[in-house]
Parts: sequence; structure tokens; C-alpha cells
Amino acid sequence: MKHDKSLYWRSLDELASTDEFRAFVEDEFPNRTPDWNDPASRRRFLRLMGASIALAGASACTKQPKELIVPYVRQPEEMIPGKPLFYATAMSVAGIATGVLVESHLGRPTKIEGNPEHPASLGATDAAIQASVLTLYDPDRSQTVTRNGYISGWGTFIAALTGARDAAKPKKGAGVRILTGTVTSPTLATQIQDFLTEFPEARWHQYEPCGRHSARAGAILAFAKPMNTIYRFDRADVIVSLDSDFLSSTTPGSLRYARDYSARRRAAAETPDRTPPRLYVAENTPSVTGSMADHRFRMTAGGVAEFASSIRGDTGATSPEARAVLKDLQAHRGAGIVIAGEYQPPSVHAVVHAINQTLGNAGKTVVYTGPIEANPVDQIASLAELVKDMRDGAVETLLILGGNPVYDAPADLNFLDALKKVKLRAHLGLYSNETAAWCHFHIPEAHYLESWSDARAYDGTVGIVQPLIMPLYGGKTPHEVMNVLNDAADQSAHDTVQGYWQAQHRGTDFDDFWQITLHDGVMAGTALPEKAPPSAKMPEQLANGAGLEIVFRPDPSVGDGALSNNAWLQEMPKPQNKMTWDNAVWISPKSAEHYGVTTGDVVEIELGGRKVGGPVWIMPGQADESLTVHFGYGRTRAGKVADGIGFDAYAVRTANTLWQGTGASIARKARDYKFATTQHTQTMEERDPFRAATYAEFHKTPDFARPEEKRVPNDLTLFPQWEYKQHKWGMSIDLNSCVGCHACTIACQSENNIPVVGKEEVAKGRHMNWLRVDRYFKGPLEDPELYFQPVPCMHCENALCELVCPVAATVHSAEGLNEMVYNRCVGTRYCSNNCPYKVRRFNFFLYADWDTQSLFGVRNPDVSVRSRGVMEKCSYCVQRINSAKIEAEKQDRPVKDGDIVTACQQACPAEAIVFGDLNDPNSRVAKLKRQQRDYSLLEELNTRPRTTYLARLRNPNPDLEKG
Amino acid sequence: MAQIFHRSSNSLAKVTIVAMLLIVGVVVLAAYKINAGSFITDVDVAPGQPVPFSHKHHVGDDGIDCRYCHTSVETSSFAGIPPTETCMGCHSQIWANAELLEPVRASLRTGKSLEWARVHDLPDFVYFNHSIHINKGIGCSTCHGRVDQMPLTYKVNTLYMQWCIGCHRNPAQFVRPRDQVFNIAYQYPDNQLELGIRLVKEYKIQSLTDCVTCHR
Repeated sequence: MKHDKSLYWRSLDELASTDEFRAFVEDEFPNRTPDWNDPASRRRFLRLMGASIALAGASACTKQPKELIVPYVRQPEEMIPGKPLFYATAMSVAGIATGVLVESHLGRPTKIEGNPEHPASLGATDAAIQASVLTLYDPDRSQTVTRNGYISGWGTFIAALTGARDAAKPKKGAGVRILTGTVTSPTLATQIQDFLTEFPEARWHQYEPCGRHSARAGAILAFAKPMNTIYRFDRADVIVSLDSDFLSSTTPGSLRYARDYSARRRAAAETPDRTPPRLYVAENTPSVTGSMADHRFRMTAGGVAEFASSIRGDTGATSPEARAVLKDLQAHRGAGIVIAGEYQPPSVHAVVHAINQTLGNAGKTVVYTGPIEANPVDQIASLAELVKDMRDGAVETLLILGGNPVYDAPADLNFLDALKKVKLRAHLGLYSNETAAWCHFHIPEAHYLESWSDARAYDGTVGIVQPLIMPLYGGKTPHEVMNVLNDAADQSAHDTVQGYWQAQHRGTDFDDFWQITLHDGVMAGTALPEKAPPSAKMPEQLANGAGLEIVFRPDPSVGDGALSNNAWLQEMPKPQNKMTWDNAVWISPKSAEHYGVTTGDVVEIELGGRKVGGPVWIMPGQADESLTVHFGYGRTRAGKVADGIGFDAYAVRTANTLWQGTGASIARKARDYKFATTQHTQTMEERDPFRAATYAEFHKTPDFARPEEKRVPNDLTLFPQWEYKQHKWGMSIDLNSCVGCHACTIACQSENNIPVVGKEEVAKGRHMNWLRVDRYFKGPLEDPELYFQPVPCMHCENALCELVCPVAATVHSAEGLNEMVYNRCVGTRYCSNNCPYKVRRFNFFLYADWDTQSLFGVRNPDVSVRSRGVMEKCSYCVQRINSAKIEAEKQDRPVKDGDIVTACQQACPAEAIVFGDLNDPNSRVAKLKRQQRDYSLLEELNTRPRTTYLARLRNPNPDLEKG
Repeated sequence: MAQIFHRSSNSLAKVTIVAMLLIVGVVVLAAYKINAGSFITDVDVAPGQPVPFSHKHHVGDDGIDCRYCHTSVETSSFAGIPPTETCMGCHSQIWANAELLEPVRASLRTGKSLEWARVHDLPDFVYFNHSIHINKGIGCSTCHGRVDQMPLTYKVNTLYMQWCIGCHRNPAQFVRPRDQVFNIAYQYPDNQLELGIRLVKEYKIQSLTDCVTCHR
């Protein structure tokens, strides 16, 4: 295939420019015909049309329905109807917390923001945190205690568990087991320890399917004790990531890391004398972090281990890449970071610890503390021990606090078979999931927004989890279940958590301390102190398997499966391939040719005698002879959203092949599996939407992003120039900072009541996200560069959509907003046809759920819920603009820069999105737009967009630059 | 050839045409009147309430300030409806045994809210904010009328968009000094436009007619 290196492309179809692809993208909303193409349904359609016209006439006369006002009997203090309140709490993923602020409308949590005071957030959030509020209201959550599948009660459970405990008392607790995920909660750990002190023969097991197994084992291998590593990307000039996706939410602290790393990139782009950081990434599958790399080395996951050895320094680098990386690292001693990913084996982690020590990075850019886990054990061994004891009949009572081991335990342990031998099995969980189905008791768990608890962040900082709402379904926290075991069933989770910290607190001002901690969301001074580690032992040889490799990863959107039933996350396009509602077997183009498979083929993959079937996706940038599969799919008891979609990659994961296995085979079983992807449904032709250069090129040609031939004089319009007297809203998106994490997409969905449409509709190009993140490839098919570009409505000054609307449903405001008036819209869709950016979304059906009561709670009361037949699009969060303007007016002051923060901007960990008033020359956005990297998308169309981009800059190593 | 139609057909045809036009006119007028009438707009209609609360008594006779009950009118979009506790603040002392107030006492006793019928109900796609209007010198009575003369509360304005826009296009017609906002008996002076223009400048009132001012 001939290929122009300078061209950006988005998919293999586009690169090959097949006829099918042209036909698909040239249609504004493709595949729309099947709905009424067949004659039977067309007749029905006409009948319905006739009826609805008659009814429309009649319904215009209906009176507005009567509404009630229901005031409080006793109004709580500080609660002002119409004004949201914000409370600090913390959300844990795999046990590790991020501090958040939750917006509450009349006691109803609706939106989650990052906590600016919390070190792991600094105000940012990721997609999973944003989407967690939907899980709270999920109607599929388990709603009652069940016993053997029948509705039961909490009292019955207390009686059963107390009975089991009392029976085990003479045996000092032998036969009683507790299984948890990773626990960082000091309170919960103490509760469990208290129980174990009283019942010394009982055991506590931990298993987290996508926990930090390698990192933990790697630290023990290097230092002979568990240690927690924290990276200081704000101090790093050279970063070498060995399969570490530290910018995506799979890594603890990723929000902070993205913030620090992007700040360095931005600083270097704004001030020429600041050095930009250089990022090398060695990985098998394109990750979000890989897309930010200045040099991405495509290699198998096994190859990464070899690469790690070759930059050790003592053995001598073998490849030119390794030599250049080593040279760069040695030139920046104490200002480099080598970071190993969780997906690499412990030996690689140990090597990396040693390298960081040798290079003097340890203590400077790589900081060590004691473990943040309350009880850092080898979780795989811990689970294996439990399974063995269950099989031997040594376990009489098993209490599973959260988690879903029947679904996600390593396949070779045969967890389910062993589980069936336990006499009393109880499961606490948000959902009555695969594990709950095999337990005698299932207790609905309280969502974190309903719970009192505590948890540690990536650096050990403690955050108190406080509830925003009473448990909707009478859910219980692990603290309350442990209280039953500890013979304190009457004690609430609040009293337990508060009691623990009261006991810890020295001094007499506990009430003040507690209030301040709750208010700030951070317990002051609880970040773990830095510790100098002993010198790291370097493992000798890194062994490597042979044959086709399979790499396991948590899914980029739904993670390890705990979030599977969240429709926002299901419909969030996976950053790398824009796929929704599915997982797939990722394979490189070359390997696909070699194994005779192509995108859409359903294959059976086999690893160590275990098989699972799933569809293939050809992923440019994937290493040859390396397959990547993602967890979180193939659920059977997740709920209505996730059941039966995708395939279960856990089925081939074993304790020995936690993250990668070799010797796999792949065989085609069927063809033509239909995926639902988002980006390939719309095209902007070959108009250079993405612009990038190296820092060196940028310094030579500062205005490279705005070539002369694209510029359009300002007065080139037939319409009279409008003078924006008051405000002139605008947005700047820094492509140099954006890491492509998609937090903005979900933040927008949550803020603006955007519905989900389902896989079939996505496949027809009808996805509704107001803010999409485009992904571009550049360069060769096998090993392209990856770029991300968030695209909201551009709010063009010369908006093409406004010209064609026959009913003036989309018009311009005096402040330059491109307004969308839902009540006027009659659904012609002309506006979307005429929009060159394809940012308008149409409600083909009644996508918003108007029936499910529990989901009403999640809606933002400040934004209309759209009905069928209307167009919608990004409004620049006009509800936030209005509320900030009103507050400023009331205080008789102008709107300050920073008063208005759009939802996407607020969520962004990289601070890539800045919104503000262009009429204020000192506003951040005005300053950004004066930068020379600033360019408009499709500037040559003279739409004069208010959303503009700052071009991406790369900092390649001159030694590695190939002609 | 004999005439098919009698001569009178000419007149009949003319009368029919005129009558048809008249009928259409009457129907259209009737439809318009009904649509603008209180059956559709609910203007001047006092809905049934669980307790026949009288603004006339509380505001007119007792002189209680609007903000005693509608506490958030200056700070929030929603003016606020008093919790049962506010009612009982007085009514545990006066009329403490009145039969009419049994629903209020029952509410406090059982913890179950009173359910008031909404008198001023905007459609859900309209986002009105009380506080900014209060702060910019729009008085309560401008929109809500003389509630101090209403034994049962009813709407005096349609709250239709054309009514809103009427003021938004020219706020000077209705703005009053800030210290008169809660004066329910406020009379606009004869030189209102003159005063209005001065206040519009002083209070920095903008004529906001963008769609997104109210719809989002």
C-alpha cells in the first residue's frame, strides 16, 4: 500500500478508501433507511403519522398538567431549594481512593467533580468517577437481602452469621474466612484485625482481579518488603514507560500524573527556555500513554522485559533504540523516570527499581513510601490458599465483602467448584452478580455515595467517605457486616468510622478535626512519609516465553467488570479504536494477515488448553504476534445493560498468566461480527483537522499550525459584522496537553442529561455524546503515531447550521453562543447536514428514559431533558454561564475569569480545555488564543469557530529521528 | 333551455359565501378567546389547596413580609415554600386548635409534607430565576399581583413567553427602586419611564432576549 507519511487517517477502511466506506460516510446519518424500508412497517408508519397529526392538533389544546409543591416539614439547615450543595467524599477503584466533590440537588447527588484539595485529584476526575453517579441510581442494583435466592431480611442474615460465628468460637474461628478486595481503609482493616485477634484461626483473604499484583511483588523482589512508589512527573525530563499506562485511570494516581506531565509539556510550549519532557513508551498495544509518547516502541509484552534488561546500563544496550534511551537517561540523572506497568512481571518492576536507583532518580523523581494497602499480601497466593482450603472442606463460613470471584478469579483455580463446598456462603455486593448466585446469602451493598467509610489515595492520604443520600435499597457497608462478626451489629458505619479516628486522634479537639476533615475531604498530614528503600536487588535473567502472546488488560471503559452495567461507560468509545458496547481480540495488521483473520471475524483463542471466542479487531500500532484482550465483558448476571455482550477474557486467564501468556493459538469460527464504532461514521475529508510538529520545528516556524493558504480575512462575509459588546465566550483546547482519556465526554454526559442509545443505534451513527474525542493515526499502517482531538460544538461566529434552520431553532446569542432551542426544533436535521464539524446529535427516538423512576434522580435539574425528534449539541454549559453571570450581577461585579468552568474543563486531568471571555484580554482563554500554535478547525471555511485548538508538539530524540 | 337553478340561487350563493366567512371568523375568534381565556391560561383561577391559605390575611391584615416565608427569593432561583415548621411557628400559639389548620398540624405530627397546588407553574423547559429579578428591582407584585388582596392565591398574568419578553425588551416599564421590591402595594409613579430609564442605568439592567437566557 502506498502511503503518504504526512497524512492523518482514522481507520483501515479510510486508508484503503473502499467504496463501502465512502458510501457510509457520505450519508449524513447512514443506515437510517431500514427503519421504514420494508413495506409493512412503512404502512404502519403512515398510519401512525396520520394519527399523530390528528393528535398533534388536539394535544395543542391540552392544558398544562397540574403540579404540586411539596415543601419540607422541617427544612434542613443550609439547604436552599434551587441551589446545589457540594460535599467532599472519596471514590475507590480497586481499593485506592480519589477525592471528589459531589453536587447535590435537594439531597439528590447528580454530578461528581474532583476535589481540588485532594492530592490524587487536584480537581480532576476520570470517566469511571464521572459515571459512578449513574451506578448509584442503576435500577439493576440488588435491592434486598436474599437467602437461597428468595427475599429475606438483614435480621435473618445477622442471625445466620452470628450463629456461624458462635459455632466457630470453640475452634478459635477455624473455618471462618473473609474475602475482600484490596483494602486501604484503616477502619475496615482494624475491624478485620479485631475479629482475627478474637478468632485467631479465622483467615482474611484478598483478591483484586486487576489490582497491583506485579508492582507489589516487584517491590518485594527488589527490596524484600512491600513499598509504594510515587512518581514525580513534574520533576522529570526523561520518562521511560515500560508498558505503563500511567496517564489512564488503570494506574493509581493517574489523574495527578496526567496533571503534572501535561503541565510540563504546556510550560515548554509557552516558554521557549523550558525543556519539554521526553516520553518513551515501550508497549505491545497502543495505550493512552503511548499516544503521548515522543517515541513509541512497538514490541510484544514479552519484548518489553528484554527491553528493560537492555537499558539496565550494566549489560550494554543492544538495539539502537535502547542505546538512545539509555544515553538520554544517563544525561538526565536524577531527572528521569523509568516506570514499569502493572502488566509486566515482577522481575521487570525489580529491574526498574534498580535502574532508578542507579540513575539517581530514586528519592528525586521516584519517591518511595510504606505500602498504602492495609495488609499487602500476595493476593493470588491468598486466593489460591482459600480455594485449596475450600476444596479440602476446611472452610465452613465464607464472607465475601464485595467483588465477584466466580466471574473474575483466575480460571485454573476453579473457584466456583471449590466455593460450592462451603457450608455458609454470604456475599455483599452492589449487584446480585455471578458470585451472589452461588451464595446462600446476598446482601445489597451501599454505593459509596450512600456509605460512611475511609480510604487511602495513591500517596496514602486518607479521605473520609461520607454519604450523600440514604441507601436507596437499604444497602450495607462492609463496616456494618464486620460489626456483625465483631458482635456489635447495632453499631452504624458512621459510628464505626468516627470511633476509629477518635481513637487515633491525639488531642481534645476531635470534633473540629472531624468537621474539617469532612469538609475538606482530606485528612491533613496522612500522606505516607517518604522512605529511602534499601538498595534494589537486580534479578539476573528475565525469562521469556515463545509463541503467540496474549495480553490481558482491564477494559479502557468498564475496567475489570465491576462497572460493566454502567451504560455511560458502555457507550463511551474506547479511546484507541472508538468501539462501544463490545470487547475484541486486538491483533496487528501483519499478524492478522499471517493468521488469516480480519476485523469482524469471530475467532477462538486458546491459551493453556482454555478457550474463549470473540471477534477480531485489527489495531494499527499493535505489536506483531501479540493479541490483546480486555476484561469486563461476557457477564451473565451484571444487569440489563451488560448481560450477554462481549466475551469473558477471564476464562483464559490463569494464576500464572495474570497479565500475559505465550503459546496461544487463534482459529476463525465465523465471520461478519458487527461492531458499533463512533468515529468512522463521520468524516471531515482530508482537511488536516489535526496539526502537530516537533518543538524544534515549532521554534523555527512558530505559525506552522496556521499555514498562509488556510487563512481567511476577517471581513470576508456578506453579513454585517456583529459587535460582541458584553461577553464573547470562547474555548481553547490544547492538543499538546490532551491525553485522550475521555473523562470530558462522560462529564458532559452527566452534566447535560445526554441519553445513551444502545449498540444498534451507535452502529447507525446515532450516538449522542456532545463532546466526542477523535482519534487520528499518522504514519505507517503497522506503527502509526496516535493523536486525540476532543471535538465539541465550535460555536462558529458564522454558523452554517443557523442559516439553514427553517424554524429558527438554532440561533446566535449576543454573546456568541450558538443556541439550540429544543421547543422550536421540528427535526428537519438540515443543521446537522450543514455542520462541517458534525457535532450535532439528533434524537431519532425517545432516547431519554422517561419511564424508569430511579434514573430520574441522576438528571441535572438545570438542563432540559430532550424528547424525540429534536436536535441537540454542546451548549458551552450555558446553565453554568447563566448561573455564574447571575451570581456576579447580584454582587454587582463583572464575571471574573474562572467563574465559569464548563463540565469538560472541570473534569480534564490535563487542563487541556479552557473556557472564558475573549473580550477580556487578560483571561486565560484569550491569552491561549494569542499563542501561535492556535488554529481553527477548517478555518478555510470561514466559519470562525469560537473553539480553537493549540497544535500538538513532539519532542523526539534527535538520535532516533529517522529521515 | 330551461334554467336549472331558480333566480334566488344567486342570492343564496352570496349569502352562503358570506355566512361561511362569518362562521370561520367566529370559530377562529372563539378558539383564540378560549385559548387566551382563563380556562387555558389559569389566570384568575385559584386552585384548590389542602389548606385555604389566605395571602390577604397574612400579608394584607397581618403585614408579614414576603421573605418571612419565601426565604430564598433573594438568593436562589426558587423563592421557597415555607416548611410546615414555619406555619407552626405561629399556629402552635394562635388558632392552635382551628379545624381548618388540622392538615398543617397533621403534617408536623406525621412528618409528611403538605402538598400545595402550584399556582405559578412555568413549563419545565423554562429556567426562571427569582433572585436576579429581585436584585434588579422587579417587585413581587409586578408579576404576582396584589396578593395582599387575594383570599385564595391565583395568577394575574399568563406567564406566557410574550408576557416575559414584553418586559425583557423594555425593562424600564416595570423596574422600581430596590427598597420598594417587597412593597406589595407599590404604585408606579406617573413618570415611570423616566424613573425606569434611570434605574436601568443605575442597576446595570440588560435587556436579555437571547433564547438561552431562559431555555437550556
